[in-house]
Amino acid sequence: MTTETLIWLIPLPPALAFFLIVLFTNKSKALSHTIAVGAALLSWLGSMIVFVRALRVEKLGEHPFTSSINWLPTGDTWLRVGVLIDPLSAAVLFFVAWTVLMIFLYSVGYHNFGQPAGDHDYAGLPPHGATVEEHGHKHVVPSIEPMYSRFFAFIGLFAFGMFTLVVSDNLLTLFVGWEIMGLCSYLLIGFWYAKPSARNAAVKAFMTTRVGDVVMLLGIAYLYSRTGTLTFREIFTESVLHTLATIPSGVFGLSAAGLIGLLLFIGTVGKSAQFPLHVWLPDAMEGPTPVSAMIHAATMVSAGVYMVIRMFPIIILDEKTMAIVAFVGAFTALFAATIAVAQNDIKRVLAYSTISQLGFMIAALGIHAYVAAVFHLITHAFFKALLFLGSGSVIHGMEHGVLHTGNHEVDPQDMFNMGGLKNKMPITFWTFLIGGFALSGFPIITAGFWSKDEILADAFGNGHVIVFGVLAFAAFLTAFYTMRQITLTFLGEPRTKEAEHAQETPWTMTTPLVILAFFAVTYGWVGIPEHFPVLGGLIPNWFHGFISGTLAEAPETLAFNWIPLLTSLVVALGGLYIGWLVYRNVNSPAEDRLQIGFLKNKYYFDEIYDYIFVKPAIWVSEILVSAWMDKGLIDGILHIFGPATGGLGSFIRNKFDLPVINRFFGDGSADVTYWFGGKLRAVQTGRIQQYLMFALVVFIAVGVALYFFLLA
Amino acid sequence: MIPLSWYLILSAALFSIGLFGVLSRRNAVAILLGIELMLNSVNVNLAAFWRYGDVTNIAGQVFAVIVFAVAAAEVSVGLALVISVYRRRNTVIADELDLMKW
Repeated sequence: MTTETLIWLIPLPPALAFFLIVLFTNKSKALSHTIAVGAALLSWLGSMIVFVRALRVEKLGEHPFTSSINWLPTGDTWLRVGVLIDPLSAAVLFFVAWTVLMIFLYSVGYHNFGQPAGDHDYAGLPPHGATVEEHGHKHVVPSIEPMYSRFFAFIGLFAFGMFTLVVSDNLLTLFVGWEIMGLCSYLLIGFWYAKPSARNAAVKAFMTTRVGDVVMLLGIAYLYSRTGTLTFREIFTESVLHTLATIPSGVFGLSAAGLIGLLLFIGTVGKSAQFPLHVWLPDAMEGPTPVSAMIHAATMVSAGVYMVIRMFPIIILDEKTMAIVAFVGAFTALFAATIAVAQNDIKRVLAYSTISQLGFMIAALGIHAYVAAVFHLITHAFFKALLFLGSGSVIHGMEHGVLHTGNHEVDPQDMFNMGGLKNKMPITFWTFLIGGFALSGFPIITAGFWSKDEILADAFGNGHVIVFGVLAFAAFLTAFYTMRQITLTFLGEPRTKEAEHAQETPWTMTTPLVILAFFAVTYGWVGIPEHFPVLGGLIPNWFHGFISGTLAEAPETLAFNWIPLLTSLVVALGGLYIGWLVYRNVNSPAEDRLQIGFLKNKYYFDEIYDYIFVKPAIWVSEILVSAWMDKGLIDGILHIFGPATGGLGSFIRNKFDLPVINRFFGDGSADVTYWFGGKLRAVQTGRIQQYLMFALVVFIAVGVALYFFLLA
Repeated sequence: MIPLSWYLILSAALFSIGLFGVLSRRNAVAILLGIELMLNSVNVNLAAFWRYGDVTNIAGQVFAVIVFAVAAAEVSVGLALVISVYRRRNTVIADELDLMKW
């Protein structure tokens, strides 16, 4: 099979799995997950083959795998859709395929496959556990998810969206994949739709990302109207870019390229949960944990960053747009990190850290650190998927403890209910530790260190001191809250009975953890800067050379500088140490001095948005439109029409219909006929002789008349 | 030779007697008899015109034969009906056969 054909085929298996499960195998849980995981495996296989073949091509950036077909006739020309694998999409495809496969596999265990059906589980609610009798006494074990097949169908469609987005060679199909994921995230966040919080979170996520998507669509439309094409390789030619850079857009003094970049970037702000559209992501934690990993690591949020990286040649054309990108990224990185410090829900900490890390990537792009952004995107995808799946494993273990004690008051996601899980769940602990250290940027061994260090080095090297400072402080907070999380969750003594009875999760959940942990460490080694002391050059900096081939002008490698390196060493190690120092003896939220209301309540952004957007919207819909306009004005007018036409109708009925039509014409004609018939019926005697007599008389009369008139 | 007018007068007399019978008698059989008289008066006419006209042209005789046949058929059906009516209604008086009358 040619590579191009293979690329076309990569997104298909998950889509096929979606339709198969939805239409046919919904009833059989085992068959459904086999199909879904099988499809993910096929896509993974295809992706790996394409990736390996892509590695073999020299100067892949100049000669990418590409193939396209005519799709929509637009007057004389065609809108073409197609696939493209250049260094950037090859690298992204690699991590997407791996994380998707791991998440699919993990979901099997997470949704308790092989466990009995629950005692009183409902579709739309998380499973509550099943009572089984063993060795003569009853105990409660986790029960299988009632909507197991449905989950696999959804994540299949989700994976289809992501693969489509990655392999597309134009903004249109990229946007299609983008929106498919938007829909799936809505469906999956609201997977347990009987929970009001999950419903609200689903709507919130959908609405918030919609804001970004609409603006992004505007950007696409503007780009198309200016260039007449949406294909990346046609846009990123020198002449097109030059045109875009020189024509003014007429808005805020931006060039056309600047405006397009800005509009597209707002799409990313929505999708990748950047300030000020970040509010949906923490709430999205209402979904099942594999979904959190899917959305926040492997796919959706990465898609936002991927798109903005993809459009980098346009965004870079306008310095104002770049400044906005850098500002939003750096601000989000710090802002989200400060919130994460005060969260107690294990998944929410990770959610805010995701927002913060995405901010790092966006900020890196804003300061021209293209390769560093891609690098951090990929390493982050691996270690954040690992952390989310790890936290899911922790929650799963805690739920086991909750089922054991039967005390459902204990929140299995609250870190203050945990503690000491190191010994109960060793595999989860070690992999989570690796993921956490990678997130913190633990020096040398973890992938997160290399990518984050590169961003800091680029920021410093290119003279963006403010960005550098902000990111360094955010990195410090990252290490701090990560260590806080690890300390509270795994170290010390169990703080509740539930934590004492927590149990390691099945192999379907731990295997993905181990594999992702492997990448969370080793992926950093492919991008060690050449000038790094001692280690530099031991492994060639393959990543930089490979990715920079995507751009027409390869970004130059910076000279080594001690200041950013020392900074990243200090913030990572310092943050980790202080985090451990502070939280090793903290046993309850009351002892935690960082539970400041301002941080705990996320700077009251939910409340502010509620006040600015939600409340007015409800006021407009319920008071203005519903009560005043609909019920008052429109209904009022209608209520006039009703009686008026009714009155007119009965007037016509009484004065015209009844007397004239009914009495005169209707009954009148009948009466006349009746009267006439009554008179005439005397003639009908039934006596044949009488009839003949009439006939004879008439005959004679006619005869006589004829005789007189004609003959005489 | 007897002049043609005598035959015509006979025929007219027969027709009038028949017509009177049809109109005045109440018995259905008698009405049928009146009809036969009227038909036969026509036959007399046909035969007389043939004899006093072109003798080689036998259309008048043929017409008379056809009228016989029709009269025979008619009277057989008519009598059958009358018998049938008599069996059901026990009467042959035309005025009493008023089932269809309003």
